[in-house]
Amino acid sequence: MTLDRPGFLDPVAEAQSCFRSVLSAMSRPGSITAMSHAIAAPPLDPATAAVLLTLVDADVTLWLDEPLMPSWDWLAFHAGVVRAPSRAEAAFLCVTALPPLAELFAGSDAAPETSATIILQVPGLTDGRPLTLYGPGLEAPAVIAPLGLPDDFVAQWEANHRLFPRGLDLMLCARGNFLALPRSVRIGEG
Amino acid sequence: MSNPDLISRRQRWMAILARAERPLIEARLATVDPLPSHRRLRGPETGLVMVQGRAGGNGAPFNLGEMTVTRCTVHNEHGLTGHAYIAGRDAPKAELAAALDAALQDPDAGPRLERTVIDPLADALAAADDRLRAEAEATRVDFFTLATMRS
Repeated sequence: MTLDRPGFLDPVAEAQSCFRSVLSAMSRPGSITAMSHAIAAPPLDPATAAVLLTLVDADVTLWLDEPLMPSWDWLAFHAGVVRAPSRAEAAFLCVTALPPLAELFAGSDAAPETSATIILQVPGLTDGRPLTLYGPGLEAPAVIAPLGLPDDFVAQWEANHRLFPRGLDLMLCARGNFLALPRSVRIGEG
Repeated sequence: MSNPDLISRRQRWMAILARAERPLIEARLATVDPLPSHRRLRGPETGLVMVQGRAGGNGAPFNLGEMTVTRCTVHNEHGLTGHAYIAGRDAPKAELAAALDAALQDPDAGPRLERTVIDPLADALAAADDRLRAEAEATRVDFFTLATMRS
């Protein structure tokens, strides 16, 4: 039982302002955004914890990978979230290593918004292999260089992007910052 | 919390703390050592819960109505977590009840606190109940039917 840490101190106002951070990160793919409220709840990073408390509630299912499992009680208490029976059925995944994207639920043509959202906690959002982003929300191609992505990420993402309007959305969190890669964005090497 | 004895004792003191008036709890606490310091994990926050009932105790559930509830969860310096759900919007009472719930779970200090705080509160609640019952008893009327009209 690791239930010894608070969540949002002012749940309504703080969740709303964090939601605003998530919204602006999603609409500006790849831009490194500071989470407006950081929550200390290791092993979750402050931004990861704040994104989770903002987005998950009793109506969605969540999958945590092994290193983040100690946070389960904390999340269940503060968000009331339900554990997904399997990785493939989860509406939200919070992980420290990216699972194969093809194995996750990408939504259906009738309801593409039901696809999974992946919250990936990475060591850093800079100093990694450079990736170029194109697409809606980007006036000019943007370059990001996050750490902790698999080697074949670009190919996996291309396959994910081709499913549009179905597809997975990805958020990368490191300490108090995060960036979003919605399914609409295209990613190239370099 | 797997100890069934602790669970039933905890149910008892949580029920008593939920029903006792705050000045009464504070008066009892003034007679004992101060509670361990704590920090809030959630709340105190006020919301509505839907109270459900069943006609005759076994019919289909129906929504009886909403009631105002204040809840609070605290974590004290001995690593114990206390919860409280109380009727109404008395936030300080919810926090006090949560802090007491945490302190009462302490295997060493808990049982003494139960004797000095919870038992007197239980007596006070029972006495108040008896008073009300006696008042009602004085005006009780037994109705009975001598003959049933049949048409």
